[in-house]
Amino acid sequence: MADVFKAIADETRRAILDELSERDEQTLFELCSRLAMRHAVTSSRQAVSQHLDVLEAAGLVRREKRGRYTFHTIDTRPLAQIAERWPAKEAPQ
Amino acid sequence: MKLQAVSIFVDDQQKALDFYGGVLGFQTAADVPMGEHRWLTVVSPEDPAGTQISLEPKDHPAVVPFTDALAADGIPFCVFGVEDIHAEYERLSALGVVFTQQPVDMGPVTVAVLDDTVGNLVQLAQYTAAD
Repeated sequence: MADVFKAIADETRRAILDELSERDEQTLFELCSRLAMRHAVTSSRQAVSQHLDVLEAAGLVRREKRGRYTFHTIDTRPLAQIAERWPAKEAPQ
Repeated sequence: MKLQAVSIFVDDQQKALDFYGGVLGFQTAADVPMGEHRWLTVVSPEDPAGTQISLEPKDHPAVVPFTDALAADGIPFCVFGVEDIHAEYERLSALGVVFTQQPVDMGPVTVAVLDDTVGNLVQLAQYTAAD
């Protein structure tokens, strides 16, 4: 679970998750384009790939190799642990 | 000086011509026997005097690792401009073309990426009117 907090502590990694929420199965090229054009994140391809390594280790991103290509898909299941650990309470009146 | 021709390295020249010509719709501009291979170029029917694309065999040993590495990360080798990217996406998908990236709105441009069946990715781009 510590991995999950570390993974989402970084702004670029949160932007990656935002973009992956919009569409499954993105190549590294598509993700880098989205980060540059929509979030003004101009990290190198290698840096984005390393962010994806962290997200994958936390179970938040799945990498799937199909033919010659590698696609990335978000997996939000690890985030459910957060709500389970600190369930929402009703706001005091 | 002007840009006369650019090369795309292809797994198979005939298969490349079938795709760039038969599927994408480029016209053959030159087809000259060169021993084992051909000097084979195509050009857009929208600009027959424009830049030609040479469908170049992957003879050099450095080419395959290069094109494979680009494809693995989803990086297109070149960009083709289209009038209506969503219409092209529908038309080409119906013809069985595989897209590694469906059209995405990137602000000034909407882009998609397809597999050319001969070892490369190609980007389609529609520039949105500057207003």
